[in-house]
Amino acid sequence: MSVKTLEIDGKMVTGMAGETIFSVAWEHGIHIPRLCHIGGISDVGACRLCMVEVEGQRKLQAACLTQIEEGMVVRTDTPRLKAHRKLIVELLMAERNHICAVCVANGACELQELARSMGIDHVRLRYRFPVFPVDTSNERFGMDHNRCVLCTRCVRVCDEVEGAHTWDVFGRGAGSRIISDLGEPWGASESCTGCGKCVQVCPTGALFDKGKTVAEMRKDRGFLKYIVTAREKKQWIG
Amino acid sequence: MTVEDLLEKQTEETERQAALENRILCCTAAGCVSCGADGIRGAIAGEIKAQGREGKVEVCGTGCMGLCSQGPLVLSAADRKLYGNVTAADAAALVSPNPIDRQALAPREIDLGAPFFIKQTKIVLANSGRVDPERLDDYIAAGGYQALAKALNEMTPKETVEAVRKSGLRGRGGAGYPTGLKWELVAKQAAPVKYVVCNADEGDPGAFMDRSVLEGDPHRVLEGMAIAGYAVGAQQGYIYVRGEYGLAIQRLQTAIKQAEREHLLGSRILEQGFQFRIDLRIGAGAFVCGEETALIASIEGKRGQPRQRPPYPPESGLWGAPTLINNVETFANIPAIVEKGAEWFSAIGTANSKGTKVFALAGKIVNTGLIEVPMGATLREILFEIGGGIPSGKFKAAQTGGPSGGCIPEQFLDVPVDYESLARIGSIMGSGGLIVMDETSCMVDVARFFMEFCMEESCGKCIPCRTGTVQMYDILRRMTTGEADEDDLAMLKGLSELLRETSLCGLGQTAPNPVVSTLKYFAGEYEAHIRDHRCPAGHCGLEAKEATR
Repeated sequence: MSVKTLEIDGKMVTGMAGETIFSVAWEHGIHIPRLCHIGGISDVGACRLCMVEVEGQRKLQAACLTQIEEGMVVRTDTPRLKAHRKLIVELLMAERNHICAVCVANGACELQELARSMGIDHVRLRYRFPVFPVDTSNERFGMDHNRCVLCTRCVRVCDEVEGAHTWDVFGRGAGSRIISDLGEPWGASESCTGCGKCVQVCPTGALFDKGKTVAEMRKDRGFLKYIVTAREKKQWIG
Repeated sequence: MTVEDLLEKQTEETERQAALENRILCCTAAGCVSCGADGIRGAIAGEIKAQGREGKVEVCGTGCMGLCSQGPLVLSAADRKLYGNVTAADAAALVSPNPIDRQALAPREIDLGAPFFIKQTKIVLANSGRVDPERLDDYIAAGGYQALAKALNEMTPKETVEAVRKSGLRGRGGAGYPTGLKWELVAKQAAPVKYVVCNADEGDPGAFMDRSVLEGDPHRVLEGMAIAGYAVGAQQGYIYVRGEYGLAIQRLQTAIKQAEREHLLGSRILEQGFQFRIDLRIGAGAFVCGEETALIASIEGKRGQPRQRPPYPPESGLWGAPTLINNVETFANIPAIVEKGAEWFSAIGTANSKGTKVFALAGKIVNTGLIEVPMGATLREILFEIGGGIPSGKFKAAQTGGPSGGCIPEQFLDVPVDYESLARIGSIMGSGGLIVMDETSCMVDVARFFMEFCMEESCGKCIPCRTGTVQMYDILRRMTTGEADEDDLAMLKGLSELLRETSLCGLGQTAPNPVVSTLKYFAGEYEAHIRDHRCPAGHCGLEAKEATR
């Protein structure tokens, strides 16, 4: 594999052919915001937070899905991009019922952290306050759709790492919802193995351990890297 | 069927038709069917029997003859007379050999010399009003499948691609990507399996071009696809047609069966080495499935939502194989290009937009219906000569390109209708929907309507489109009820930019277009709604009740 040299935010960096702008940037300490990306599973480019400017390209590019090229000049933090990201986070905050004060993930939530890092102290849009159910039928975990941002990390980790494909997306547009199996309560799901990977990758308090109260839910996101690395190196065989 | 058989069949059928005293063609496209065309056809058939005219007079169906506002339409082929608003009571006179009886039809006669007819140039719709879409022989008599025969016998796949490239044909789905270039990209891929896909998921509000082509001349699309299959090296084609188009689906199924039986599709086409199968895939009512990557996902049996491009379908499409996706109207142009040559085609139209474009005229216009005009015709010609003008009052705007397009105000009536010119004035060619508005239309409400459409059709995958359209719709709705202020207007502009620049697919990227173009040309109307809580068109008061439900 060949090495490619490119410029990100004025910094000369190198990466292997096939790597994305996102992963090369993070390797070099340039932390492009993201919500749907998590290392170890495939990328879908759904949150649009990692959009970057690439010189010579008319359109903004999703860093998590754009492969690096020799001589590329990338900017990840221009005023235009910052304004877009801020508005995206505000859109999310207004979309469902993100009330940190009563959330299990308060203090350990990626959405909350994004808002904090962008200096969002109020939302300029009208809150939608939709009515969404909470599924606590599973013995060990709960799913609160009011806090879901539809990043589909749970769908992908369940399908790609656990191999169960319990989760999927139902409906469309603002009415989209994550469902287990064919829309049965999580507790009645026959495909769910109860591994809890979905709970760990969920960026917000939408998926949580039962029994945790406000601000007690801490997620272990490092496990995924361990599993995927071990699988690739075949550490479990023989 | 061999090529000789094809020519023989053509002569045979042409002679049979010429021997008839008259052929009565009833429009059997959806518009006329919905106002009773089937009953009229039945009545004419009954009269033929009653008057003992079997074998002399024949009644058959045909594709959309364009003037939908005066349907049901019936064409008398022998004397080339078109009748509108026909009722079952007219059947006897239509069938009668007696010229005096036929005079009773005079009030129903439509002047075929009117600008509506003579200003049009028909390539895609050439067979509408000539051919029965349910009879293969009719299509063959009109020269059908001879372009496929020519490609197979006289041209290499490379020459076929070259002919399409030279013709200057561009994608009729709206974006206008050069068709020949797309074919070349697929043809160059060294893959054992390739696919040809016809996008018939026409979903723009007010658009019915592809529907009319499929209903009126399904074999033309099949022939175009088979030629494409030969040119790019594919053996399998899919037509992704929306489930709402029941009649189109039925006609396609009939046409595929007929063509396969005669070896014009399937294996050993025209008794030669080439094979090409076409199957239908029926959409389940999602507008976004007209986006090519979502369409591919849907055919694969997955959730119909778009994915990031590149890779583009010519590189990695259906099941990862190189895939050629063209729109119905694009494929319908192919047989004519192959048969008559690239030079003939490229002589029609403008420097960068060749050929013709089919438009569905709707809204505040006298002649609502389906038209086909050369590229470069001005809006003024289309609306005031062919369209017959605005029935009551004054022209205000024309909306092209559906929810992805823009509103064109009066000052641009003389702009030629081609891809570049429309883009310059903030609209797009789109698939061919053309909605005309007069002074009673409120432009804020028009923007609200299209935003509501996008909001309901957003797949929900990416955040800007999923929730941005909800917020934009909410602001526009509040404008029409007098609840919005200056901050809302600023936010509307900000969201427009966000959606355009960050949405994942074309649906979200172009969703702000109706808002942006109305803001540009009708800014005063927005201000009147916000500052004075007043609607200059006097339209919103009514909408307010409905919108606050």
